[in-house]
Amino acid sequence: MTAVDSPLTPSSHPRAGRAPGPHDGVVADAVRAALGTVMDPELDEPITDLGFVSEQRIDEVGDGRVDVEVHLRLPTSFCAPNFAYLMAADAQDALGRIDAVREIAIFLDDHHDSTKINSGLAAGGGYRGTFAHEADDSLDELRMIFRRKAHTAAMERSCSALIRAGARTVEDLHSLRVGDLPKDASTDALLRRRLDLGFSNAPEALVMVDDRGAPIPEDQVPLRLRFARTTRISIDGNAHFCRGLLRTRYPGSGDDQTARADDPDLTLRDSHPTTPESER
Amino acid sequence: MEVELYEHSGEKYFVVDAHIALWDARPENQRNIHGKQFIDCFYDYHRNLSPASELWSYEQYLYYADRLMKDLFTDGYVDHAIFQPAYLGEFYHRGFGQTEEAWALTQQHPDQLTYNHCYDPRNGEAGLDQLRLDAERFGLKGIKLYTAEWHGESRGYKLTDPWSRRYLELCQELGIKNIHVHKGPTIRPLDRDAFDVADIDGVASDYTDLNFVVEHVGLPRLEDFCWIATQEPNVYGGLAVAIPFMHTRPRYFAQIMGELLYWIGEDRILFSSDYALWTPKWLVEQFVEFQIPEDMQPEYSPITTAQRKKILGLNAAALYDIPVPEELQIRAAPDEVPVASEAPDLRVPVA
Repeated sequence: MTAVDSPLTPSSHPRAGRAPGPHDGVVADAVRAALGTVMDPELDEPITDLGFVSEQRIDEVGDGRVDVEVHLRLPTSFCAPNFAYLMAADAQDALGRIDAVREIAIFLDDHHDSTKINSGLAAGGGYRGTFAHEADDSLDELRMIFRRKAHTAAMERSCSALIRAGARTVEDLHSLRVGDLPKDASTDALLRRRLDLGFSNAPEALVMVDDRGAPIPEDQVPLRLRFARTTRISIDGNAHFCRGLLRTRYPGSGDDQTARADDPDLTLRDSHPTTPESER
Repeated sequence: MEVELYEHSGEKYFVVDAHIALWDARPENQRNIHGKQFIDCFYDYHRNLSPASELWSYEQYLYYADRLMKDLFTDGYVDHAIFQPAYLGEFYHRGFGQTEEAWALTQQHPDQLTYNHCYDPRNGEAGLDQLRLDAERFGLKGIKLYTAEWHGESRGYKLTDPWSRRYLELCQELGIKNIHVHKGPTIRPLDRDAFDVADIDGVASDYTDLNFVVEHVGLPRLEDFCWIATQEPNVYGGLAVAIPFMHTRPRYFAQIMGELLYWIGEDRILFSSDYALWTPKWLVEQFVEFQIPEDMQPEYSPITTAQRKKILGLNAAALYDIPVPEELQIRAAPDEVPVASEAPDLRVPVA
């Protein structure tokens, strides 16, 4: 990551129009950390790793407090507006939990619903206030669907790794317990997804569980693992696509993307130069 | 029928491109900013996944009627191609897909082109009347639906909506048997996942004499597509958008093919370039040579020549009654008998 492109250091950004203050580093780190807790629900990765945060601006307002302005960018203008809204709203919530932050302005740039979402967030209208007649109730169930998928994929990654390493066979996976898992990034990821769904992470808890946390019967384990693999491949594929499209859309944005520990292939650079932006 | 077939390593292939378009996205046809955003999005797909040698300029990408026949049939090895138009009347003055131009080409080259039209169930009774007229005018065997189409206050619909069912019933009556479904990012209400394919499952169960071709093999919901296709024998998958990964992410494409062959089998996968998103020449050339990498073959069976032939053309030809030269019919060699995927019963809750 180059210093010029880095959204970590507001003082180096061309749009930060003032000298750096004494709290810049600390607050900037807190802002960055808060944004790092915001996940893309479909890709199950932090928006900071995906390169979706294009800019953060921090202005001191006295009393040690700051106003924060964050710009988000997505791989296409036509990324699903409900997911776009979720990420922007989650970013707003995450920043709101930082004591030193007074005003928060989140801008989703270059999206077909930018105006709607940005004004909805600014007005504090919530999901229904933002989308009016297009919103029935809430996005809770949508979010839950993708938490379940993320858990399924993480479960498959962990179990398949054990099988590949010869530590387990498909036949004895049904008895695999949380305490049997190795200490590695895949396990950390799985435990986090289980926590998201309210499943126990006690050492004796079974690993092969369904979307509601119920143990998968022994005879169903092979097929469930097989389907879990399809889910994992689908999510990984979307991540390939979205990361690649972001790099095509915003030249240089690859510098803001961070490898995922369990799939380093995701950060492969594009194999060819794209046509000049000047043609557009 | 006099056709020159694509030949590679002593094997001949009959190629049906099941998804092509003739669009006009030039500025004078853009109705608003969304018209530009939409074509820019397409162009980024094109730039991101095409080999460098196959990249078009942005100007060329906006409109390309003069090169369509050459790209598909002279250079692209395609024997027959099927138009799958998107209307997008909220974004483009004269629509995105150019009906009259595509239809004129189809009339000039009836052996090479099939014109599928589109409808929007939110047009109500008037749309049903129009569909009757269109079916007669174009001799429709198939229809293209974009469920995320914007339409006044509405930005999407489900196939199970009451009006959608009435249109599907009319398709049955009119003999429009191939329903191509393209999922997009918007739906009403936005509480739901717009890419969810559960509504396709619903109508596939209810209208068993219709075939439902899910474009992009359900991507970004490959797993949900595989799930419903396993349950419903009249659900097919079009490889548009998935197949260009063959170039940039061959190991990922190998996984997609492995999954598709495992869950739905070789008879229900259709080759689609999505022209002009991508051009068929390089896709065909690479696909006939594509193989699951050896280190992945414990997980996935290697792809056979017979499977490639079915996917590249024979499957779509069967759906559209396109005549296939006798020499191209599959005669399975003893060592290449395709393994039929046993459709497992997966009736367990997914979500």
